[in-house]
Amino acid sequence: MSSKTASTNNIAQARRTVQQLRLEASIERIKVSKASADLMSYCEEHARSDPLLIGIPTSENPFKDKKTCTLL
Amino acid sequence: MASDGLHESETLAALRSEAESLKGKLEEERAKLHDVELRQVAERVEALGQFVMKTRRTLKGHGNKVLCMDWCRDKRRIVSSSQDGKVIVWDSFTTNKEHAVTMPCTWVMACAYAPSGCAIACGGLDNKCSVYPLTFDKNENMAAKKKSVAMHTNYLSACSFTNSDMQILTASGDGTCALWDVESGQLLQSFHGHGADVLCLDLAPSETGNTFVSGGCDKKAMVWDMRSGQCVQAFETHESDINSVRYYPSGDAFASGSDDATCRLYDLRADREVAIYSKESIIFGASSVDFSLSGRLLFAGYNDYTINVWDVLKGVRVSILFGHENRVSTLRVSPDGTAFCSGSWDHTLRVWA
Repeated sequence: MSSKTASTNNIAQARRTVQQLRLEASIERIKVSKASADLMSYCEEHARSDPLLIGIPTSENPFKDKKTCTLL
Repeated sequence: MASDGLHESETLAALRSEAESLKGKLEEERAKLHDVELRQVAERVEALGQFVMKTRRTLKGHGNKVLCMDWCRDKRRIVSSSQDGKVIVWDSFTTNKEHAVTMPCTWVMACAYAPSGCAIACGGLDNKCSVYPLTFDKNENMAAKKKSVAMHTNYLSACSFTNSDMQILTASGDGTCALWDVESGQLLQSFHGHGADVLCLDLAPSETGNTFVSGGCDKKAMVWDMRSGQCVQAFETHESDINSVRYYPSGDAFASGSDDATCRLYDLRADREVAIYSKESIIFGASSVDFSLSGRLLFAGYNDYTINVWDVLKGVRVSILFGHENRVSTLRVSPDGTAFCSGSWDHTLRVWA
């Protein structure tokens, strides 16, 4: 009895695996050259607004210390 | 009876062999489109200059290992959680602690800020994800308003609000991810497929639709459709646990950090790994990764206490940051990209810019 349940489970599991693989194998893909070009153009387009990449003036970065005045 | 048994084992064998041949076909299809390497295409891009990034703030107050942190959308507040059960909300500009709550469990491995900035979520060894509204009323006890949302059958490893305060996505040591309604605590969708503990997750940028990526101890990174619960793509190139996954800002790719001491970039439309970020000298696991705003830089925290900064396109390291005195366990770039924060087993968090 229990071995039959176990093997039924194994079959159900195996069927799910096959179904999942069929799904994954059937998706549409693009060439790495095209994908790379798109990643690069995204970087280029957004480089100007990337503070950690290009650096922003100290006055505009709340984390960078500005020269402070001391009250004497 | 005996003939039934034979029939079943034939079916099982047939299914297994079909699975193997499908795996082979998948690899073949992927290989057909592998016409060039990303770093080759990136040769025509200008190399990056020297980076000077320093610790600008050190947040001290946790009594034990910092395990997780998240930024508030106001680009200033940070929530962090620790092994000692404490969850703290900080003002990163002033380093002041604004809220603190003690969880009933130790190892609070996950925490997240709600999009509204009015609540935080956290969990860990209690197998739950709980939401705490943030109140500025000094007389109110934060723990009193706690709401238990998610229930897993093993530890909570990661959590994230979706685009609103209404839903939370969780990942667990029980091998599943799940989507929950915060108000009712109802399970909206569960995601089965990982063969071992799920350690991390990241939601796709809102423009790209309802998917998220998860990584686990089964060395797999899986991309899920949030509505159907279906796994739509899976990647298995890492050689050890995947500790961190993060989408590239365009949503077309994601990076991963693993105990195999490498970080990798997977392009979703090419359906394959397109870059590996590794060096012979880097032998300790990468615990956490995040991109700068343009996606050109990948910041990765490692178990050897350092943070490496990688040129995502060219595949080379552009900077190495020292400062933490123990493993870096968590790392996130601020919402406006002006800084990034790292948390460590040395009990502190550091904000770098």
